[in-house]
Amino acid sequence: MRHALSLFAVLYGLWLVLSGHYTPFLLAIGVVCTAFAVAVAMRMDVVDHEGHPIHLGFRIVLYWGWLTIQILVSALTVTRIVLSPRPRIDPVLETVPSSQTSDLGKVIFANSITLTPGTLTTSVTTDGIEVHALTRRGMDQLKEGDMDRRVTAVEGGS
Amino acid sequence: MMFLAAVAALVVTVLLALVRAYLGPTVYDRVLSVNAIGTMTVLLIAAVGFLMERPDFLDIALVYALINFIGTIAVLRYIKRRRARDAEEAS
Amino acid sequence: MIVDILSWIAIGIGAAFILVGGLGLIRMPDFFTRLHATSVADTAGAGFILLGLMLQAGLSLTSFKLVLIFVFLVFTAPTAAHALAHAALLDGIRPWTRKPKDPAP
Repeated sequence: MRHALSLFAVLYGLWLVLSGHYTPFLLAIGVVCTAFAVAVAMRMDVVDHEGHPIHLGFRIVLYWGWLTIQILVSALTVTRIVLSPRPRIDPVLETVPSSQTSDLGKVIFANSITLTPGTLTTSVTTDGIEVHALTRRGMDQLKEGDMDRRVTAVEGGS
Repeated sequence: MMFLAAVAALVVTVLLALVRAYLGPTVYDRVLSVNAIGTMTVLLIAAVGFLMERPDFLDIALVYALINFIGTIAVLRYIKRRRARDAEEAS
Repeated sequence: MIVDILSWIAIGIGAAFILVGGLGLIRMPDFFTRLHATSVADTAGAGFILLGLMLQAGLSLTSFKLVLIFVFLVFTAPTAAHALAHAALLDGIRPWTRKPKDPAP
C-alpha cells in the first residue's frame, strides 16, 4: 500500500509538471488518469520493493553522486584511448564477484558497471557478473571491489 | 551561438554513426549505430528547441527518448527470435 | 553572465564528448569496444549538454523537463547496452583481444 501511494504521488507530480496547465478540470482528469495507471500497475503486480524501491531512501542519492564522479573519470580515460593515434586497448571478458544479496542490488551494480564508460556488463549470474572491459586496468580497478561494497551498502538490510 | 556548436557536433556524430551503420559488419554494429543516432537525435531536438527559442520541443525529445529505447529492445528481440527459428530450421 | 559562461563551457565539453563517441564508433576494432565508445557520448556527452541547456533555462519547468530527459537516458542507456552485448555474445560474436592465442572464455 505504501508503494502504491508513493507511486501515485510520483505519477501525479509528473502529470503536474508535464501538463503546465492548472485548471480544476485538468487537475481532476490528472487524478483519474494517475489512479488508472496505478491500478494497471498493481494488476501487473509490479508495485513492490523492486518496481518502486522507496526503501533505498537517501543512500541512493549519495551513491549517484559518487557514481557521477566515477563516470567522469572513466569517460576521460576512454576519451584519451579513443583520441590517441594508436589506441592502447586490451579488451578482457571476465567474471567479477558481487556481494549483493537481493536482485535489486545486483541490478544496481550491473547497471552501474555498464553506465561507467570502459566497462560493460554482458551477463548476470548468481555468483558474479560477467564484464567486458576496454582495458586490463579498468578490469583490475573494478575487481578491487570499491563499487561492489558501495552498492551493497546502498542495498542495506532490505 | 554555443547551441550551434552543439548542433554541429551532434550532426557530425550522427553522420559518423551512419557510416558505421553502412559498414557493419555485424547486425549488432548497425543496431548500436541506430541506437546512438537515436540518443543524438534526442539531444539534437533539445538543442534545436533552444536555438529556435521553442522550449516545447523538449516534450518531443522526451517522447523520442522513450521510443528510441523501446525500438532498440524490439529490434534485438526480433533478431533473437529469427536466429532461434533459423537454427531450428537448419537442424 | 557567469551562468552564461558556465553553460557555454558545459555545452562545449558535452559537444567534445559527443564527438569522441562518434569517432570511437568509427575507430574501434570490434563491436564491444565500439559499445564502450558510444557509452561516453551517452552518459558524459548527454549529461554535459543537458547541464548546459539547464543553466540557460534557469529554474523553471523547462529545466525540470531537461532533468527528466537526462533521467530517462541514464536509466535506459545501460539496459540497451546490456541487451546489445548479451545478444551479440549469445549469437557467437567473440570479443577482439590483443593476443589471438589467448582467446576470451
